[in-house]
Amino acid sequence: MPPHLIRNFSIIAHIDHGKSTLADRILEVTETVSGRDMREQVLDTMELERERGITIKAQAVRVLWKGHQLNLIDTPGHVDFTYEVSRSLQACEGALLVVDAAQGIQAQTLANAYLAIENELEIVPVVNKIDLPQADPAGAAAELAELIGDDPERVLPISAKTGQGVEAVLDAILERVPAPTGEPDAPPRALIFDSSYDQYRGVLAFVRVVDGSFESGEPIRAMAQGTRFEAEELGFFSPVMRPAGSLDAGEVGYVVTGLKDVSKLRVGDTLTSERRPAAAPLPGYKDVKPMVFSGLFPTDSDDYPVLRDALERLKLNDAALVYEPETSSALGFGFRCGFLGLLHMEIVRERLEREFDLDLLVTAPNVAYRVEPPGGSWLEVHNPAELPNEFERVEEPYVRASVIVPKEYVGAVMELCNDRRGVFAQMEYLSEQRVHLTYELPLAEIVLDFYDQLKSRTRGYASFDYDLAGFREGNLSRVDILVGGEPVDALSLIIHRDGAYARGKALVERLREEIPRQYFDVAIQAAIGSRVIARETVKAKRKDVLAKCYGGDISRKRKLLEKQKAGKRRMKQVGAVEVPQEAFLAVLNLNGDKR
Amino acid sequence: MRAAGRGVGHLYVHLPFCAHRCGYCDFVTVVGRGARHAPYVDALLAELELERSTLRPELESVFLGGGTPTFTEAAALGRLLAALQPAHEVTVEANPETVTPELASLLREGGVNRVSLGVQSFQPHLLATLERLASPGTVRRAFEALRTAGFANISLDLVYGIPGQSPADLERDLDEALALGPEHLSLYELEAKPGTRFTHRHGGELARQAEAMEGYFERVVETLVGAGFRWYETANFCRAPAEAGGRDLRARHNLAYWLGRDYLGLGIGAVSTVGGLRWRNTPRLERYLEALGRGASPPRELEPLDAAVSLRERVLLGLRLDEPLVLAEVEPAIDGAALERLRGLGLASDGGGKLSLTRRGRFLGGAVTADLLV
Repeated sequence: MPPHLIRNFSIIAHIDHGKSTLADRILEVTETVSGRDMREQVLDTMELERERGITIKAQAVRVLWKGHQLNLIDTPGHVDFTYEVSRSLQACEGALLVVDAAQGIQAQTLANAYLAIENELEIVPVVNKIDLPQADPAGAAAELAELIGDDPERVLPISAKTGQGVEAVLDAILERVPAPTGEPDAPPRALIFDSSYDQYRGVLAFVRVVDGSFESGEPIRAMAQGTRFEAEELGFFSPVMRPAGSLDAGEVGYVVTGLKDVSKLRVGDTLTSERRPAAAPLPGYKDVKPMVFSGLFPTDSDDYPVLRDALERLKLNDAALVYEPETSSALGFGFRCGFLGLLHMEIVRERLEREFDLDLLVTAPNVAYRVEPPGGSWLEVHNPAELPNEFERVEEPYVRASVIVPKEYVGAVMELCNDRRGVFAQMEYLSEQRVHLTYELPLAEIVLDFYDQLKSRTRGYASFDYDLAGFREGNLSRVDILVGGEPVDALSLIIHRDGAYARGKALVERLREEIPRQYFDVAIQAAIGSRVIARETVKAKRKDVLAKCYGGDISRKRKLLEKQKAGKRRMKQVGAVEVPQEAFLAVLNLNGDKR
Repeated sequence: MRAAGRGVGHLYVHLPFCAHRCGYCDFVTVVGRGARHAPYVDALLAELELERSTLRPELESVFLGGGTPTFTEAAALGRLLAALQPAHEVTVEANPETVTPELASLLREGGVNRVSLGVQSFQPHLLATLERLASPGTVRRAFEALRTAGFANISLDLVYGIPGQSPADLERDLDEALALGPEHLSLYELEAKPGTRFTHRHGGELARQAEAMEGYFERVVETLVGAGFRWYETANFCRAPAEAGGRDLRARHNLAYWLGRDYLGLGIGAVSTVGGLRWRNTPRLERYLEALGRGASPPRELEPLDAAVSLRERVLLGLRLDEPLVLAEVEPAIDGAALERLRGLGLASDGGGKLSLTRRGRFLGGAVTADLLV
């Protein structure tokens, strides 16, 4: 199709503001799917996404509207995936910015709007859920217009649920979103904005063709990596895979590469034709750096190869996931994994457990630290246990956090941010009722339970988003936990010195409750370097034997003993001490005490 | 363990009837039902006939357990005793309040030579907590009645760790039990089984007292061993041979369980283990009566025991005893590294090809056994 008849757009919205419903309605209105085939939220394919109501991987669907080809590029809707949103947006010329008429602008609305503006997209503002009784379409439209510097009259009021106004949205896309500007006759170039892996067909690349056109079966090269392959099939989703003879300038679609190794094809790379290679690649993406790390260990050490394979498989569809083997003296062999954020971590963990049937022990998350050892050069530490005892300086990542709350909760939010070493940056009124607060906060303070605390202190009214704001020096130290005199690497934490004593004490107390009594006294200590800052003792048990055992209950007693044995087997060995897996989660559960 | 062709030497007979179901009890019991006693004994005898060929003509031991065997209507009980084949040791469990001089003679005449008396405690407030009907006076009268009838082997069952039991209460119970001069004592820590009325009522209190009662087991062993008893099984003590004219007063029947011998059980809920097969009779009285009424075996739950399982049981039971296991016999079931570690911790010993637990190892026998088994 000639480029002037093509429009490429995304829908961006705060979670639950109706992005998926609008996408579904667009597929219906354009008769891309019949009512009978209509599945709720067609674009969200993964089971997990459907359950959590969020979208993880971007996809693209082609619809036809009034003689035009519209490519809807789906974006994830959570703070952790800002990077992926940004990637998808680079494949578009326009974006529908959707706001709930009852809730108005939320933190993610802001973040998404800024992303769209940075990517020079034409923003089509949409106020959704105008059918709700508590809706304030005019108020929401005013906020939205103010945010993007548009006329409130141009904000489209719709109800994605009933379909009201959806056709007007499609018309606005035709009118307002620019057609792609590429050279149809130039040597072909396509941006890979996402990829997926299929067991049978190999790597599937989602591409936006910028210049020229690609033909099915032609030899293709990824310019940055130099990977060569044959386009086994080209096509687009509508909403299921539909093969096409070619993908032309301005179009969005998929390429079946047949590659079995996903590392051979990087998102952000440029595809070109081997026959008519382009001179230079398109601008790519910045590599995203994971900032949240945690150790993943199989509960049953025999599952280590299964975990390794599972991570490899997940990595195929999740470029942001990084991992490297980790050996813990307490937990054995596992992987230290890097995530974009906590939700990303949670999703990966759930997928590993659900799709690969793994039982995992996930250590408390920590952030990346930068350390300058004496006389040495800076190094990055992803595991608290690796922080050297001696160092000149440690830096930790900070974020610039946006919180939007009704004004009566401003005090509560400020108190929370101050407790978390936050530095106040800005406060502005979005309306008479709602305030936008900006704070700079150490990421470490957020990865624990900041979001939960924020929600509970604002009765769920606060919305929250953040951007990384670089590394800053902190007065940090490593607190080690020793059980029976043995340091437990998996429990080490890096913490601000002011909180070290209280945290060490709380942790040691919690461990005393979690570690069952053994054959001997077990000392549990928290220490900074060689200085013990807290200590508890688990007293030796004096009795652990079944009161009676006679002919009538031997089988039952044997089973009890086998249960006891199985329980012991699940324990992790720290020196001579048996430590239940739950104890390693003690760090995670301390947060309630920390106020 | 059954020598081929010789048959099973140990017989258990379950008499489920009780005057009252105690809150902490989880045995198969039937309250009252006087009219059922005679038909039940008929059914027992019918089951005995069905199994007669399994048994040796002369048994090593018979054990009548319950329930409250001595609550069984006298004529029926007498009929049962008369029908059993002779045995070296015939034990009956009795609750003190059921023991009259008449009952004592009935038991003697029926060939019973050992009585296990369910005392539980001598302290009225603790007996009340346990919902026991006997008073301390009843216990003493029962004991005297048994002695008068000529019983030279009497065992007392006591329970410790009762909600509200102070260390002084425990001392008094032990003192009073010893003062009667029994040949044998069984000391059980009260098990508050989940789901029982007792746990519902006293569970919280027990949890609070757990720490205070931690030392009770050690105290029991210390006191009884100090009084000349042999701690021959985790919960069982008998007067040492030197104090008993050379007699081995260990419970022969129970010893058969702990040594992994075959045994046959009759009655509702009774378990048998014969030649690598274990079975459990239906616990339901009506079904049991109905099946045997038409000359059929009662409904049973079967559990085949393979060699590995039998060996594990041999270890878990054997380590409850004060006599060592022969290491070579149980080696395939033992984790060598664990044994070495436990030896290092002073909990197990394996000198001279014999495996046994140390004194402290016996207090921790459950955990130690769990560690030792592969």
